[in-house]
Amino acid sequence: MLEVSGVSQLFGGVIALDRVSFTIAKGDITGVIGPNGAGKTTLFNIITGIYTRTAGKVVLEGTDVSGLPPERLARLGLVRTFQNIELFGGMTVHENVMVGMHTKSSSGLLACALKMPWSVAEERRIRDNSLKWLDFTGISDLAETTAANLPFGQGRLLEIARALAVEPRVILMDEPAAGLNNQETLALSRLIERIRATGITVVLVEHDMELVMEICDRIVVLNLGKKLAEGTPRETQDNPEVIAAYLGEDE
Amino acid sequence: MKRELLKFLAFALFVCLVPLACRGGYLINVLLFVGINTMLAIALNLLLGYAGQISLGHAGFFGLGAYLSGILTVTYGWNPWLAMPAAAALVGCLAGLLGFPILKLRGHYLAMATLGMGIIIYIVFNETIELTGGPSGLSGIANLSIGSLTFDSDCKNYYLVWFFALVTVLFSLNVANSRIGRALKAINDSEVAARVVGVNARLLKVQIFALSAIICSLAGSLYAHCMTFISPASFGFNFSVELLTMVVIGGLGSVYGPFLGAALLTLLPEILRGANDYDIVIYGALLVLMVMFMPGGLVRGFPELRRRLAKRKGGVEHA
Amino acid sequence: MGKGRGESLLVETGYSMQFSQILQYLLSGLSIGAIYALIGVGFSIIYNATGIINFAQGEFVMLGGMLTLFFLEMLKFPLWLAIPCAIAASTAAGILFERLAIRPLRRPTPINLVILTIGGSILIRGLAMLVWGKDTHAIPSFSGDEPISIGGATILPQHLWILGVTLLMVSVNKFYFNRTISGKAMRACAYNRRAASLVGIDVRRMVMLSFAISSAMGAVAGIIVAPLTMVAYDVGGMLGLKGFCAAIVGGMSSGIPTVMGGLILGVLESMGAGLISSGYKDAIAFIVLLLLLFLRPQGLFGKPESERV
Ligand SMILES: Nc1ncnc2c1ncn2[C@@H]1O[C@H](COP(=O)(O)OP(=O)(O)O)[C@@H](O)[C@H]1O
Ligand SMILES: [Mg+2]
Repeated sequence: MLEVSGVSQLFGGVIALDRVSFTIAKGDITGVIGPNGAGKTTLFNIITGIYTRTAGKVVLEGTDVSGLPPERLARLGLVRTFQNIELFGGMTVHENVMVGMHTKSSSGLLACALKMPWSVAEERRIRDNSLKWLDFTGISDLAETTAANLPFGQGRLLEIARALAVEPRVILMDEPAAGLNNQETLALSRLIERIRATGITVVLVEHDMELVMEICDRIVVLNLGKKLAEGTPRETQDNPEVIAAYLGEDE
Repeated sequence: MKRELLKFLAFALFVCLVPLACRGGYLINVLLFVGINTMLAIALNLLLGYAGQISLGHAGFFGLGAYLSGILTVTYGWNPWLAMPAAAALVGCLAGLLGFPILKLRGHYLAMATLGMGIIIYIVFNETIELTGGPSGLSGIANLSIGSLTFDSDCKNYYLVWFFALVTVLFSLNVANSRIGRALKAINDSEVAARVVGVNARLLKVQIFALSAIICSLAGSLYAHCMTFISPASFGFNFSVELLTMVVIGGLGSVYGPFLGAALLTLLPEILRGANDYDIVIYGALLVLMVMFMPGGLVRGFPELRRRLAKRKGGVEHA
Repeated sequence: MGKGRGESLLVETGYSMQFSQILQYLLSGLSIGAIYALIGVGFSIIYNATGIINFAQGEFVMLGGMLTLFFLEMLKFPLWLAIPCAIAASTAAGILFERLAIRPLRRPTPINLVILTIGGSILIRGLAMLVWGKDTHAIPSFSGDEPISIGGATILPQHLWILGVTLLMVSVNKFYFNRTISGKAMRACAYNRRAASLVGIDVRRMVMLSFAISSAMGAVAGIIVAPLTMVAYDVGGMLGLKGFCAAIVGGMSSGIPTVMGGLILGVLESMGAGLISSGYKDAIAFIVLLLLLFLRPQGLFGKPESERV
């Protein structure tokens, strides 16, 4: 489904990623773990086209997508959420998700300005269909709230709803459980499993080991920009190198 | 949606009736300028209020529209109704071309680049004397006419200009409530998140920049044909700042805010007549005070102020 | 300016006209470029300490000139006293601007800051117009108007003053940023404001200090150029913008690159005005600005930097 091979990234003199390779199978939930500064967010930034990698290749279902900009990747079915939530703060929750349907609609600037009949029909479709994702993530009752005023946990859910509205094939989530309480984390893991059940491949950066061990099918461990290990949760848990890397970390 | 339409119709009716109240005279000339400035402010607001991209060079596009219309009709004898869209198309293309490198820039750099663009355009108006007449201006531009109806009085021009201004309002209203409007606001709030869900931010920014320039160009053509005389002084950096002031005072990202700002800033010098030299001080003070105390502009500032006052009252009662 | 006199001299020499004319353009370009450099360094100092492009920077250049005039004519101060007084007053105005407008800003987004500083610039300019009127005034040269000839070109003593003072200011600046505690603290702010405040640097004081230094530099630029160009309430706009162009060429550095940027712009402008067309003189700096922003936004001398998302 998603294949990363030999991806490296330099920032000035810092090697943030060093020839990282792994493959993600369709329909899996894959966890990417590693201590802070391991390069997990950088890896996501490269896969989703936000950074241009220094070297390496990213292949999505057989097509080389390395270096494509994020908006092209979204059309190819690759979306993500952010470690520091990036909402459209000035818009309502509903409108946020409606923006997520941008690739599923096509009226241009002029058609919209002139209110052509097809763009009006499309607008209605966007408005109605987007409600589905609010339901799916359980934030329907907040539809008319301004996104900037959302509590943190709901903000994370909105980000996921907006990403799902793109109807992606792969969704990458950067620390979705960070800052959530136990109950919210539990709900999140159910949500992630439901997302997978719709056939979407999930890739997940997470520090909450309990969550990772529970829901992930496979795990990739990064440390200091290098891939340390890869395998099932069981295998990685018992890997001495992984344990060594985490020594001193409180997870 | 219905309410928006009613509001617009009420606004249009208001615009149509105003001339009756002021019984011709000088005021109508000023109100005509409110119409032109409303178009310009809406154009800038599409770019700055929705997409969050500043321009300090919009007076340049306004001037290009005016000069292209003027030159095509006076020097080359074109029909004004042909010159106007030709000018708009040309300006749109220019803005589209310049937009790609310019809108790659952000924040202060974008402000500076658009400012530089505006100043260069202004210098060109001054220096290409064979074409534009240079600093002494271009005169003898014909009034517009439809059949035997010539728009040669302030009153006729008022309705002509406001016809275009109302169409512009409707345009921006439609854009604001569409997928494009939402995408623009998304770019403003978080460009990276907008791109990740598939919004082609670069292209959209350039498109809205070009549309905005086209509206300015149309306003410029109207200005040229109403005034029959144009000179570079109307299209300099100061006017770009004045446009910015209108949008900020009225309220960024709102549909009627730019109109409020345009009306206020166009009428202000008339109200302060005699105190002619003070207007520059007042512009400056207005800009500073608005950004500091009412960053949402008049359209949002007043309701918010009322809410805050009400809250304060409520608070006192509780205590 | 000295140019007129220089040109009449050139006609007489005739034969070496090309060379001496170019030398003439070069010299007058360098001296106006030095002014751009000073203003540009002022821009960069504030930008580095705060991330703000202060569009009001040019007004402090105007204030320098106008205040000198005020102390000279109204209060009948001698020049040597009027100048420091004018610098002090402009610096105070800079600090006031920061305290009254910039610091209280609730939502300091780049757009709001652009609008605020533009508003501030118009306000200062307008107030200057109300106080001093619209007339253009002359300020006496620091040491006479006897032209000095160099290799067929002539320059005025004031040109030497400009180059000398600029050199002095830039050296003082370099000393300040490299050798003094407060200068180092300001560099720390420029590098990372959060980290700077964590190690105990008073970031707010640094911000204020940056406004003070840059308005002082602007005022100095305005004072040394005034005898050549005359002063009026509206000289700040164009000078300020050109200074900004210099800073962009220098990649917003507060050191040598921006000085080089200013000198390059000054020379280009004076060559362009002399050899191509004087009407487009003001466009040159902006064409350079646009090209640079399009092609090398990191400045002529800088290395590209990756932006952190
Ligand atoms: N834009 C950037 N510029 C410079 N260094 C960066 C940039 N982005 C990340 N880094 C560096 O790359 C390394 C990996 O960071 P990151 O990917 O955020 O780690 P993680 O998400 O695993 O905590 C860190 O040392 C970080 O400082
Ligand atoms: Mg991270």
